[in-house]
Amino acid sequence: MEQVFGKPHALCDVNLHYCPGCGHGIIHRLVAEAIDDLGIEGKTIGVAPVGCAVFAYDYFECDMQEAAHGRAPAVATGIKRVHPENVVFTYQGDGDLAAIGTAETVHACARGENITVIFINNCIYGMTGGQMAPTTLIGQVTQTTPYGRDVHANGNPIRMSEMLATMDGAAYIERVSMDCVKNILTAKKAIKKAFQTQLEGKGFSMVEVLSTCPTNWGLSPIEATQWLRDNMIPHYPLGVFCDK
Amino acid sequence: MAEKVLMKGNEALAEAAIQVGCRHFFGYPITPQTEISAYLAKRMPKVGGVFLQAESEVAASNMVYGAAGAGARVMTSSSSPGISLKAEALSYIAGADLPCVVVNIMRAGPGLGGIQPAQGDYFQATKGHGHGDYQIIVLAPSSVQEIIDHTGLAFDLADEYRMPVMLLGDGMLGQMMEPVEFEQKDMAALPEKPWATTGTQGKRKHNVINSLYIQPDQLEKIVLARKEKYDRITEKEVRHEEYRCEDAEYIITGYGSTARIAKNAVDELRDKGLKVGLIRPITLWPFPAGAYEKYADKVKAFLTVEMSTGQMIEDVRLAVNGKAPVHFFGRTGGFVPYPDEIEAAMEKIAGGVQ
Repeated sequence: MEQVFGKPHALCDVNLHYCPGCGHGIIHRLVAEAIDDLGIEGKTIGVAPVGCAVFAYDYFECDMQEAAHGRAPAVATGIKRVHPENVVFTYQGDGDLAAIGTAETVHACARGENITVIFINNCIYGMTGGQMAPTTLIGQVTQTTPYGRDVHANGNPIRMSEMLATMDGAAYIERVSMDCVKNILTAKKAIKKAFQTQLEGKGFSMVEVLSTCPTNWGLSPIEATQWLRDNMIPHYPLGVFCDK
Repeated sequence: MAEKVLMKGNEALAEAAIQVGCRHFFGYPITPQTEISAYLAKRMPKVGGVFLQAESEVAASNMVYGAAGAGARVMTSSSSPGISLKAEALSYIAGADLPCVVVNIMRAGPGLGGIQPAQGDYFQATKGHGHGDYQIIVLAPSSVQEIIDHTGLAFDLADEYRMPVMLLGDGMLGQMMEPVEFEQKDMAALPEKPWATTGTQGKRKHNVINSLYIQPDQLEKIVLARKEKYDRITEKEVRHEEYRCEDAEYIITGYGSTARIAKNAVDELRDKGLKVGLIRPITLWPFPAGAYEKYADKVKAFLTVEMSTGQMIEDVRLAVNGKAPVHFFGRTGGFVPYPDEIEAAMEKIAGGVQ
């Protein structure tokens, strides 16, 4: 019988530690499928973040390096400058990429560093238990914004894709979402295209993936998906922001 | 015999790195070590290497982590305030057992301090920088020629023990010019790095560069194995110089540029009839405690000279272990001690020249 669906080779055959309803598992699979489709597992080197995806180095079959919080684009730069022919990607959350690692992200993009960034935006710090992220929405309740994020006290959420797309070094930037099958399929295409952008040597590519955190949002997985659709997409519109 | 050339300490260090096969350098400008970056910005492209000026010291040192994990001979350099920022990645590099060379051309501190020479980072270099239970090898050259020799040694030690090695100089060493020669190295002998992230090519299990071990029993095992390595290094890699110590009644001790000034003071004091010797630690970690133990019962006193308010003196006192008094003379704020200041300090301890 013909097998039409299976675990991608680039994904390790291990139990992932993510909570029920979390988007990381799906996004890991999409990254692994893109690596399989392009046949690049043997030349790919990934960089894991600090955050919920900290163990990503155990989940991908390609060579991996674990980075300090926020430093994944700098670590990826170091790797890519040693092995320019390899494919180098980072996998980072919103706190990692848009708070502590903002400088590393912006400057990797400014240099047109030929790497791919997979950016998971779920509007919250997951691993530490649900604190405000740089992408937390106005009014959103978190452990450190117990009365809701207040613009005067806590500032504004950052739209990273729009910001980076203004830079000359950006080659391909798209925002996608995990809220429905159609958008998940779009996300897979985007991730594959980001890797292709790197293979063609065009420069910095990033896919921002809007994802859910049912545990820290205090919602069921289904409610979380709806919350993403109703609250996140209006503030973080989907689409291609840069394609050179 | 190689040709002698006149070179500035910082530039000699940069050239030495290239000559021993360093092809990746990630830096950030800071006085008084900027000539290292400037030199490598010119030279690296000519030898097919990478010079990258990062957005910060934090980024530069994390690039070093990436490049070291990817298997490169890689270096970064900075001066005191910049090393504080590089400390983050140093901890991760040590925790992931990666080789690299870090240069600190010290300036006066704390804070922004000043840009003149100082040795106020001894604690940081030998006991501090990043968080966690780890050590790095620290080499303290005292001449431009020794900067060159130590640069090669630093890369070799880093590769052999898979750990960061620091070259600890100061603004005076970095800025001064001396005639030097470069010994030809055999680059074919560079070690294989089968653990590096080079891409599996579908031929092996994936390599993981990591310092995270969430299970205490696993982490303890790894930290203890590293401690065994440190013990081996403490046994095998201690380096120091002794000068006129055989019949010495007093021993002056210092490292780096302070030591060469102290050497002049030793000669002057000998001319005046005082039997003085010098112990110069070359490795600050591991510290050459044995050198002090050897003389602790024989001399009347030690005098530690540093461009700080007294940091290495703590290791000297531990080594001497109460067997003889250990005195201190230091200048700080960017002042380099004069030989006659050291002589006066020594004479005071000896109760005047006999």
